[in-house]
Amino acid sequence: MSLLKQKSKLNNETVVSFQNVTKVYPRNVEALSNVSFKIKKGEFVCLAGRSGSGKTTLLKLLMGEEKPTSGRIFFDGIEVQRLNSKDLPLLRRRIGAIFQDYKLLSSKTVYENIAYVLEVIGFSKKEIDQEVPQVLEIVGLSDCADHFPEELSGGERQRVAIARALITRPELVCADEPTGNLDPYHTRDIIQLLLKIRELGATVILSTHDKEIINSLQKRVITLDKGKIIRDEQRGRFIC
Amino acid sequence: MLTSLKKIIKFSFENISRNKGLFLTTIFIIVIATSLISGLFVLRHLTNSLVDSLKDKVDISVYFTLNAPEEEIMRVKEQLSQVPEVKEVKYISKEEALTIFKERHKNDPVIMESLEEIGDNPLAAHLNVKAWQASQYEQISNFLESSPFSDIIDKIDYYQNKTIIERLFSISAAVQKVSFIFIIVSAILAVLVAFNTVRLGILDFKKEISIMRLVGASNWFIRGPFVVQGAISGMLAVVISLIIFAVGCWFLTPKIEILSSGFSLFNYFKSHLGSIALIQLVCGLCLGIIPSLFAIRKYLKV
Repeated sequence: MSLLKQKSKLNNETVVSFQNVTKVYPRNVEALSNVSFKIKKGEFVCLAGRSGSGKTTLLKLLMGEEKPTSGRIFFDGIEVQRLNSKDLPLLRRRIGAIFQDYKLLSSKTVYENIAYVLEVIGFSKKEIDQEVPQVLEIVGLSDCADHFPEELSGGERQRVAIARALITRPELVCADEPTGNLDPYHTRDIIQLLLKIRELGATVILSTHDKEIINSLQKRVITLDKGKIIRDEQRGRFIC
Repeated sequence: MLTSLKKIIKFSFENISRNKGLFLTTIFIIVIATSLISGLFVLRHLTNSLVDSLKDKVDISVYFTLNAPEEEIMRVKEQLSQVPEVKEVKYISKEEALTIFKERHKNDPVIMESLEEIGDNPLAAHLNVKAWQASQYEQISNFLESSPFSDIIDKIDYYQNKTIIERLFSISAAVQKVSFIFIIVSAILAVLVAFNTVRLGILDFKKEISIMRLVGASNWFIRGPFVVQGAISGMLAVVISLIIFAVGCWFLTPKIEILSSGFSLFNYFKSHLGSIALIQLVCGLCLGIIPSLFAIRKYLKV
């Protein structure tokens, strides 16, 4: 039986659960130390902390890019670190990922970048031709469908990445410093889009060290420092 | 499954059209490798046929006394034919010997005049004996000397030609050995160069492959287009290589015919087209697909 079908007896409301997770990189670099928290369905959670505090490592562990040194990580009841290379893509199709460096396929157009995730899942051309224009409309890039990523601005690229994360209607969206390379105008647009994704029913984890964003959102904030959770507040604020 | 295959083929053609430079470079390298490998096979055949024709020219002659009766000579021939070391025995009668002699010396008036002055046929009947290996000539010679026919045997020219025969055989053995080593080393070099070029080409896609993994693509969905692309490069390279090969053989045939007494390279190519094409196809497909698979495997660990 596939691990993806084996759900633990987690609370039905819990989407993400970290249980005493520690991640130590070679040369004894401890990125996360005994981290535990839960995220409920439909929550919007900010991961705050300075660079190197462990935010990216935490998201990498959730996406199965890295394996924890100890502890357990669950997504919708599935123990992530136990998934093999064959099952991992099935997990990732349920999580929309947005990265600071966009991670767009440079040899594909905007349209093809977004369509790719649907092709991966097995959508037909007809379905893809229906879905992609709708998402492009949501992120305001209908006119750029045939452009290649290098022909777009940073903000536009990030919107393509959001459209890509959005198109499969994922249960969880992980955004790792999505506004890190953007100016304040584009930053505001991106945050608005993330809020819209949340309104559509997805759970959102936003990793950022931007004080303005965290304070304006007034959502749950988990603050990391040197790999440890130092605060977890329901309506948190950015505290240095 | 069929939809995935269609998508994989679509992606591979998309990749080709957007990375023409890389695609053409890959084809070029595979053409060089496959041409070299099949060229080396032909070279090996050519070397072997040259050595064989050289070996074929080596024999010993057993000369009989002038009054030796033909029946006796034929009995010697029969006995020799049963010796396992003997590959072939050919009887040359007195008359045939004279005809060959005249033909060989027709441009030498002194010899021709001397022959006319003698009037009678001064040449003896003889047997030309071919052995399988150079070392066997001594045994054949000893066999004849110790046989009951030794009194009708005038001369065996083995000892006069011994050094030449042995040297010729050792040279042909060395040529075969050296050509074999040369072929193996060249083939390995060609494969390594092609392998590395294709692998380096995939390096450009390292980032894209990891992104594909992160958005949930399965390993075969990522590998597929590269495999198809590699197969297309390999097959196109084989077609180009065969054309180059055919043209090359056609041009080189007259030159090689002079060297190897009648070996037609173009005819060899035509008669072995199937096996040459098969060798090239296997090499082309392997060089197009295997390096890609190796390179991608490393980048799929995301």
